[in-house]
Amino acid sequence: MTSEPQTGTPGTVDMMMNMGPQHPATHGVFRMVLSIDGERVIDMVPHIGYLHRGSEKLCEHEQYSQIITLFDRLDYIANFNNELVICKATEKLMGLEVPDRAQYIRVILCELNRLASHMLFYGTFGLDAGAMTPIMYGFRERERIQSLFESISGARMMHNFFRIGGIRYDLPEDFNQRITQLLNELQKGAEKADKLLTFNEVFLARTRDVGIISAEDAIAYGLSGPNLRATGVNYDVRKSDPYEVYDRIDFDIPLGDRGDCWDRHYVRMREMYESIKIIRQCLEQISEGPIMAPVRRIARPPAGEVFAHAENPRGDFGVYLVSTGGDKPYRLKMRPPSFCNLMALRHMLRDAYIADAVMILGSLDIVLGEVDR
Amino acid sequence: MESLLVECLKEFKPRIGSSLDDTIATVSSELIVEVGRKLKDDYRTLCDFLRCLSVVDYEDHFQVVYHLYSTQKNHQLVIKSDIPYEDPHIPSVMGVWVGADWYEREGHDLFGIIFDGHPDLTPLILYEGFEGYPGRKSYPLNDYKEW
Repeated sequence: MTSEPQTGTPGTVDMMMNMGPQHPATHGVFRMVLSIDGERVIDMVPHIGYLHRGSEKLCEHEQYSQIITLFDRLDYIANFNNELVICKATEKLMGLEVPDRAQYIRVILCELNRLASHMLFYGTFGLDAGAMTPIMYGFRERERIQSLFESISGARMMHNFFRIGGIRYDLPEDFNQRITQLLNELQKGAEKADKLLTFNEVFLARTRDVGIISAEDAIAYGLSGPNLRATGVNYDVRKSDPYEVYDRIDFDIPLGDRGDCWDRHYVRMREMYESIKIIRQCLEQISEGPIMAPVRRIARPPAGEVFAHAENPRGDFGVYLVSTGGDKPYRLKMRPPSFCNLMALRHMLRDAYIADAVMILGSLDIVLGEVDR
Repeated sequence: MESLLVECLKEFKPRIGSSLDDTIATVSSELIVEVGRKLKDDYRTLCDFLRCLSVVDYEDHFQVVYHLYSTQKNHQLVIKSDIPYEDPHIPSVMGVWVGADWYEREGHDLFGIIFDGHPDLTPLILYEGFEGYPGRKSYPLNDYKEW
C-alpha cells in the first residue's frame, strides 16, 4: 500500500464525480465536477450560471431608482450592503452629498446586515462540518436582526429602502430601545456561538490547515473580504477607501495568518464583534437632521463613468457605471466578490480530500445570486 | 497620479484622461498584456489586484476596461482598450492576473469577444449551444423566447 496518488500509472483511471447543482452543501445552485483518485481531488471543473437573470442587461433598461430593487436580489443575504453600492455610484456621478443622519443610518443597517450574514455563515459552516447546533444559534440571532429590519423598512429581506440621496423613512420611534436590547443580545449570542464552535477540537481538526491559499495567490485571483484577510492581507474598503462615515469610527480589521478554513471562520467571528462596536459608535454620534438630500424624483446623472465599491460581508463589491446623460445607465457592470472567491476554489481544491471539498466551499461563503447575476 | 502613469507607460504611447477621481489610460489592444505586466511589476504602480474587467458595447466599437488596484500602494488605475465591432479580438491578460479567467469567459459569453490566448473559452454563465450575444445592445431584451 502506498499513500502516493496513483495518477497516470497503468491500470488506474480518475473517477469523475458530479456534485450539484441540487446539493445542500453547495449553498445554492452550483455544480462542480470533481475528478478524484481514491479520496483525493485531482481537479475540479466548476459550472455556474444556473441563476443567471441578466441583471446587468436589465439595469440598462431601468431608471436609476428602479435598479436598487434589482441589487437587492444579487447577494440576497446582505441586501442593504448591495443597495448602498448602487446608491453610492449614482451619488458619486451626480456629485450628491448625503445628509449625515442618512449616512449613519446606512452604516448601522449595513453593519447589522453584515452581522446577519456572518451569523448565517456560522450556522451553515457548522452544518458543513457536521454540527447541528450552530445553525440554531445562528438563525436565532439572524431572526432578531431581521425583525428589526422589518420594523424599519417593512421587509425582512429585499428591503428597497435606500434611495439616491438618502433613505426612504426615518427610524421608528422605538428604535433606540430596540437596538440597545438587540446589541446586548447579539454580543451575548456571538460570544456563545464563538464558544460553542471556534475552539472545538473536532472542528479544529476539520478546518485547521485545510484549504490553504497563500496571500500571493489570493491577490492574483482577486479574492476579497474575509477570505483575503484570512491570508493576512490587510485590505478592507472601509479602511482603504472610506465611504459614508467609516472614517469617523474607530474599529479594527481582524486578520488571519495561514489562510485556511479555520482562519476564514475566525476572521468572520471577530468581524461580528467589530460590527457591534461600529454600531455602538454610530448610535453615539448620530444626530437629528434630514434623511434625504434635495433631489428630483428621477435621477439624471451627467454623462460620465464611475467605479464605486463598498465592503460587503463577502468582500469588495464594485459597480462600474457608464452614463450618457439619460435617466437610465448606458452600461452597468458589477464586480461581485463571490464571483472571484469562487474562481479560486479550483486552485484550493487540488489535492484536497473529498470530505474537505465541502468544507472549503463552505468556508468561502459564496452566494450564487451574485455569482450568476 | 497622471504624471506617474505618463512616466510609467511612455513607451506604449497611451492616451491619458480622467473621470471623477480615476485616472484612465487608453492603450492599443495589442499592447494590453505588456501594459498590464509593466503596471504590475513597476515599483511605482505595483497593480497586483485586478478589481474588475468590463466590456462596454458602444455600438460601433467595444471597449474593454480594466480596473487595477495596488494592495501595497492603495491606488486604483483604469486601463482601457478599444476594439472593433466586427471580429473583436484582444489578448487575454490571464498570464498577468490569473483572476481575469472568469471575467474573460463572461465577456466572451455575453459580448462575443475573443480573448486570444485564454485556455478555455467555453460558456460560463450561458448554457452550451446558446445562440447570440445577450450583452450587446443589439440583442433584444423582451423578445427572447427560451423554449
